[in-house]
Amino acid sequence: MNEDTSRFVARHVQGLPCSGIREFFSIVSKMPDAISLGIGEPDFHTPWRIREAAIFALERGKTSYTDNLGLIQLRRAISDYVEEHFGLGYHPENEILVTTGVSEGLDAALRAFINPGDKALYHEPCYVAYHPCIQLSHGLGVPVATSAEDQFSLNPETLAKAWQPGCKALLLNFPTNPTGGVLEADSMASVARFAEEKDLLIISDEIYAELSYGQKHRSIAALPGMKERVLFLHGVSKAFAMTGFRIGFACGPAPLIEAMTSVHQYGMLCAPIVSQEAALEALRHGQEAVESMRQQYLRRRDYIVRRFNEIGLPCHLPKGTFYAFPDIRSTGLSEEQFCHRLLKEQKVAVVPGTAFGPSGKGFVRASFATGYDLLIEAVSRIEQFLQNLG
Amino acid sequence: MNKLLKLLLESENLSTLQMAEILGLEQAEVESELEKLKAEKVLLGWRPVLHPNVDAGNHVRALIEVKISPEREGGFDRMGERISRFDEVETCYLMSGGYDLLCVVKGANLHDVAAFVSEKLATIEGVLSTVTHFLLRAYKEQGYYLGGERGDPDKPAISP
Repeated sequence: MNEDTSRFVARHVQGLPCSGIREFFSIVSKMPDAISLGIGEPDFHTPWRIREAAIFALERGKTSYTDNLGLIQLRRAISDYVEEHFGLGYHPENEILVTTGVSEGLDAALRAFINPGDKALYHEPCYVAYHPCIQLSHGLGVPVATSAEDQFSLNPETLAKAWQPGCKALLLNFPTNPTGGVLEADSMASVARFAEEKDLLIISDEIYAELSYGQKHRSIAALPGMKERVLFLHGVSKAFAMTGFRIGFACGPAPLIEAMTSVHQYGMLCAPIVSQEAALEALRHGQEAVESMRQQYLRRRDYIVRRFNEIGLPCHLPKGTFYAFPDIRSTGLSEEQFCHRLLKEQKVAVVPGTAFGPSGKGFVRASFATGYDLLIEAVSRIEQFLQNLG
Repeated sequence: MNKLLKLLLESENLSTLQMAEILGLEQAEVESELEKLKAEKVLLGWRPVLHPNVDAGNHVRALIEVKISPEREGGFDRMGERISRFDEVETCYLMSGGYDLLCVVKGANLHDVAAFVSEKLATIEGVLSTVTHFLLRAYKEQGYYLGGERGDPDKPAISP
């Protein structure tokens, strides 16, 4: 029987776009000798003392469910960490929810706060999940383009123009994957005022906060009067090199956390206990490792951005994350053509900017979460590629 | 810390040309900076770190605890420096605790090391006693974990 079973798939899921990254991944995975600058996670292993804490948790028989909100000792550690690093005070009992990565936190938040037809603003280019997650919660995504001229920060005027009646939430992700953009203090203050004026809930994904270069990261939740309308999303994946552990956390006013917990308890129940134990170790004792990794990313960033500019790909200096986002328009190629030809001709993988939204047109994302020897070789191959283009 | 030194510590096998590229310097500048670090004895040398099993059949290593008498002027330094000058002594530290000097001694075989300890080290005036521990197996060598942990075949080559 050759029956079409796709009729069982819900319409709003059928309508989700296929990630440009998935398509590219299938090509790269067949080229073992390619150098990939397309990896969206740290190249460092999780620091051993964190991994060891996970092993020890298993040895102690930590294999059960936990409280829906997460282990109370982990929530206390999150509360202390967020207070120390972000100047934000959240109560461990009812203002913090441990999620299975920020991904689940984002999904639970949108499902908890978006009514069918509600609109949610998001700046793009952005992480691939934002728009689809809004669609999955039956909301309407309203993109706000960011540009190289603004260093891919959120321009308050562009935000105001993009706003429409029915907008309920604003998703922020600074520092931004894929651009490395940050929200400077004056723009942040304007965005905060705008959110108050339009009564927007801000969902702020700050997963790259520790990987900020230059000035210290500041959360919009820390601005006066903002804590009551900001859901702060964070986690251990990037800074502590713990992507596979899948631990994130949401902090916000108790009624919002309670609503998210309603979604989380039925959809996820709780984050895996072994990972929670590892995250506890990370937050308590992982800071030195984070700083060491940040310093290495910083030096790699300075190198790759300088080289991109030297070889003729204008690239702004990302102030956070481990991504460079060079402008490839001078090549005359589209970002898709650039990526496919670079991979085919020089075996270097970068990701087309449009995988992160239409305003990524003319740009590519190159991750510098890789060792110097490969970075140097990759840039030298890109230079060769550009020379061959003439 | 000097930025060249930081780069040296975090990455290996970089040529001076590669170091220059990363730091945005001329190769000659990197080379002269390295010479300066050597002259200042910040950087002591450039030796490869070998797996301890390499050529293991032709040498043994021992940790020797040495108790010595401190001297009126100079404390333990003269003895420490004197013992360090033997080629057999790879490393020598002044220690706190139950003994004074910890020496890493290398020899062709157990007999060689034992002979060095009994004939050279223990007979120096001022050496009160020695305890010799032979190394059996290495699990980590100068920061290098020997269990192997490079690359993860399951890690996706492209991810969001």
